[in-house]
Amino acid sequence: MLTTLFFLRRTGFAAITLLIASVVIFGITQVLPGDPAELILGINAQEDTLAALREQMGLNAPVWQQYMHWIGGIITGDFGKSYTYSVPVSELIGARLWISLPLAIMSLLLSTAIAIPVGVLAASRHNKATDVSIMGATQLGIAIPNFWFAMLLVMIFAIKLRWVPAGGFAGWENGIFNGFKSLLLPAIALALPQASILARIMRSALLDVLAEDYMRTARAKGLPRSMVLWRHGVRNAFIPVLTIMGLQFSFLIAGTIIIENIFYLPGLGRLIFQAITQRDLIVLQGLVLLLVGLVIFINLLVDIAYSIVDPRIKGAFHE
Amino acid sequence: MSEIELPGARESWHDFLAKAVHNRSFTIGAIITGFVLLMALLSFVWTPFDVTEMDIPGKLKWPNSQHWLGTDHFGRDVFSMLMVGARNSIAVAIVAVSIGMAIGVPLGAAAAASKGIFSDVIMRANDFIFAFPSLLLAILFTAIFGPSAINAMIAIGIFNIPVFARLAHGGSLALWQREFIFSARTSGKGPVRITIEHILPNLMNIMIVQGTIQFSLGILIEAGLSYLGLGTQPPDPSWGKMLSEAQTMMGFAPYLAIFPGLAIVITVLGLNLLGDGLRDIFDPKLRRKR
Amino acid sequence: MALLEIEKLNLSIGGTPILRDIDLQVDAGESVGLVGESGSGKSITSLSAMRLLPQSAKLAGSIRFNGCELTQLSEQRMCHLRGRDMAMVFQEPMTALNPVKTIGSQIAESLQFHLKMSRANTETRVLKLLDRVGLDPAKFSPDRYPHELSGGQRQRVVIAIAIALDPKLLIADEPTTALDVTTQEKILDLLKELAGENKSSLLLITHDLAVVAQMAERVAVMKDGEIVETASTLDFFRNMQHPYSKKLLAASMLKPKAEKTHFEDSKPLMRVDHLVRRYRLPRKSLFGPAQFLDAVNNVSFEIEQGESIGLVGESGCGKSTLARTLLALNKPSDGRVEFLEHDLFGLSKSELRSIRRNMQVVFQDPYGSFNPRHKIGRLISEPLQLLEHISSSQRHRLIAAALEDVGLTIDDADRYPHEFSGGQRQRIAIARAIITEPKLIIADEPVSALDVSIREQVLDLLNALAERHGLSYLFISHDLHVVRAVTDRVLVMYRGKIVEQGVTSQVFDNPQHEYTKQLLAATPDLAKTLEQLEAEA
Repeated sequence: MLTTLFFLRRTGFAAITLLIASVVIFGITQVLPGDPAELILGINAQEDTLAALREQMGLNAPVWQQYMHWIGGIITGDFGKSYTYSVPVSELIGARLWISLPLAIMSLLLSTAIAIPVGVLAASRHNKATDVSIMGATQLGIAIPNFWFAMLLVMIFAIKLRWVPAGGFAGWENGIFNGFKSLLLPAIALALPQASILARIMRSALLDVLAEDYMRTARAKGLPRSMVLWRHGVRNAFIPVLTIMGLQFSFLIAGTIIIENIFYLPGLGRLIFQAITQRDLIVLQGLVLLLVGLVIFINLLVDIAYSIVDPRIKGAFHE
Repeated sequence: MSEIELPGARESWHDFLAKAVHNRSFTIGAIITGFVLLMALLSFVWTPFDVTEMDIPGKLKWPNSQHWLGTDHFGRDVFSMLMVGARNSIAVAIVAVSIGMAIGVPLGAAAAASKGIFSDVIMRANDFIFAFPSLLLAILFTAIFGPSAINAMIAIGIFNIPVFARLAHGGSLALWQREFIFSARTSGKGPVRITIEHILPNLMNIMIVQGTIQFSLGILIEAGLSYLGLGTQPPDPSWGKMLSEAQTMMGFAPYLAIFPGLAIVITVLGLNLLGDGLRDIFDPKLRRKR
Repeated sequence: MALLEIEKLNLSIGGTPILRDIDLQVDAGESVGLVGESGSGKSITSLSAMRLLPQSAKLAGSIRFNGCELTQLSEQRMCHLRGRDMAMVFQEPMTALNPVKTIGSQIAESLQFHLKMSRANTETRVLKLLDRVGLDPAKFSPDRYPHELSGGQRQRVVIAIAIALDPKLLIADEPTTALDVTTQEKILDLLKELAGENKSSLLLITHDLAVVAQMAERVAVMKDGEIVETASTLDFFRNMQHPYSKKLLAASMLKPKAEKTHFEDSKPLMRVDHLVRRYRLPRKSLFGPAQFLDAVNNVSFEIEQGESIGLVGESGCGKSTLARTLLALNKPSDGRVEFLEHDLFGLSKSELRSIRRNMQVVFQDPYGSFNPRHKIGRLISEPLQLLEHISSSQRHRLIAAALEDVGLTIDDADRYPHEFSGGQRQRIAIARAIITEPKLIIADEPVSALDVSIREQVLDLLNALAERHGLSYLFISHDLHVVRAVTDRVLVMYRGKIVEQGVTSQVFDNPQHEYTKQLLAATPDLAKTLEQLEAEA
């Protein structure tokens, strides 16, 4: 399907971006105030013990050597050891990934599953009551901050109705259903604003497509309106929608930082927040790089998805 | 954003008003935004109560005739806190949008006017900033330079730069292919002059529209940051901070969580409606998309 | 017997009346030409027949098709008719096909929808249809996507879709306006052939009287939402009644220019010497060699002082690239351009500025050539900054003179471009070009976007200005009639090269190069077609 050139170019570009990102992230964390050795040993530690630990951690080496050491480790899967928890960072991340990743995927699926049909419905009933009320509702959905929406959900479904736990994570080991139950409210809270944005994009993209000449060609063939909409409209409208979905993943990741704090979910977002407050630089570095890498990877997937949806993009690179 | 629709002519102020009063989104948005701005400005000279004044015996009062929206766990008046909070939120968002515009628009326009490495570097740098989730960037920034309203402004402002740069770049590129730019070039005008005389004025409308959108996003991100304790610092009240304090009291004082949230929703809604309205007024062809 | 019968059709969109009392009849097997300028309502008339109008359209009156009243028909029954009994070919082949679906699947769609045909049967029918419209299935597989085809090839696909079910009525709305002349001829021939073969009726909508004369048995002329005249083609041209028809005919028959062949000044104004403008194409494979395209390939010619020289060629032949290079907006990859005895690309910035006042430009699109935020006075005085030390009273005088030269007044300087019609805007563009009193004006398709009646006025203006100011033109156009009406000498460009040049009338009457011959043969010639019609009658 894809030509190697197209694929290589995109992948190469993603790899370079990630490499630069690693330098920037490492640089940023160097600026962060706080001495890791002091963090580990406490404020009352002796100066010579501190010095010894600094030497042992390689903190006295030139910055570029520290960077090479760090990035070299990451390539082999070693993210270093947490200053505060004294466990490998990869272990910390690994455990929490199993909360954040399902959460992000659930909310992305949820928002897409709501947004696409709603957007198509609004476009097909353009300027009618259905369209106007959908647009009003999405306008509201965009304006609601996800963490406030999360609080409302907790008030209603956890405190008043007691259907779901107000926070914390039941753990996958206690049954997949219980795990999902703990993630349900956070996923809904994350998905709603994203679904509102996506539905609006879907609608306007579809309205654009509906005005295209080829839609008239299809109608002139005798195809009924609804058939034209689904067969010729939706796939073309998907091109801008894909872009937004890629961007939204980045918003979702940022969103998890707050949402996980509200629901006391021990996920990556909460880990980041803890790492910052505890000045656990090595955890912070690894985590931010991982999240940025994830965003870059998703954008790569979006680019590839483009070329599947739109043959013209492939055409520009075909051999 | 590849295609820029030029308006039929320069909008005179009179034409603009005539169209504006007939635009429902614009009118509602302008009224809401005007109200919020008024409350924020009013808070400089008057609030029902002093926001720093604690009144422990009068704490956690539900809304009543004296305290219209109730009091918090220190007995402070919620309505007064919301007024001052509006001021803080709006200040952060305005400065953040200004930073984004003041740096992003010239960068984007310059990238479009020049070719080769310079333009590539600018646009790749933009793509690069986009790889960092906005809130993560803001969190990192405030973590390094310390949590404060000023740092929140700068952090959100940095995130705004590539947004405006991309828009200005795309818009300018489309304009550079227009015939009136070719005629300006045959009149001997250089890229700087053409950018100032022909490109930027024609980008103004889309920038204003995007500005209101980024403004509302700024309010949301500021709320998020101060919710995490990384934005406006106590004792200055802020909407996000009020929400995070309310969280532990949701069981018995839900109004503490509801009113600041509503304040955010109303402000953002007003701004978004205003932005949509402006877009319609500037570009009637896009009206159907509203 | 009437197949399509439109009676007293009135239509308004959003309260604005568009069509008034339209009566139009198309008999079975007949081809009817519906002629009019832009905005006359001819396209809306055809869309009414298909009931493909925007939802805000309100229509009154009667449209009968094959005895069935369409205005009363349910949408479902209408779908049954569309594509099966009546089909349509549109103006813009570049956008008329869905870019994300293969051409085969787009042709197959109506077969499957109307006939519920099996997959295997559809496949063979699609191959037959492609072959029928002149796209050899061996070369143009149904699995291809629209973007892989040229404009003419895409229009063939659109026609294949239209004729898939042998409709009784084929409506073609400006089917060749977006195409090059050589392609236009082939597409028109194909439409005529297909209509004749299936004994189907053809309703051809066009702005071009020459096309109507070639294609139609009967003509209806539209103006401002009304049909002002209907007659059989021969009667129409022999004895037209309505003043508008006469005006249209007069404007369509452009008079060739009285050529100048002797020029007083012996030194040429511009000398173009082996000019090359090369573009780098995207690499086709990772380690493959870099690919180049010479958009302008080794072009040499001269322009004399006071000479009007035409540059003709089809879209994509490099005309506009050449124009931009001559205007020093692009740098050439190789070769020289001498203008007023200076090497154009060896000049310093300030020297280039001072020489620019002697060459100005007029573009095609009367809507895109002005910054919509500036007033006319500011727009046309923009080139004045190439002159040094201009006082504001001098400036005012120059603006007034330039506006008067193009038939406008100084009062117009205070208005915005959107307050003017397309033809007036082109006059304003010309005013801007002449304000510095240049020696050379490069005009890139200056009348291509204009209706014929306005086109004639603008061409007259250009000729008059050349006389008055001793201007030279490089006049770029795809339209041979237009070139003949304003130029003394002509260059024929094909794939980046000048394949033929010479005195305009000689090139036109006795073309030497194969491509020039094709071009001339394909260009619809109203006078010749009318002679043929008379001879047949």
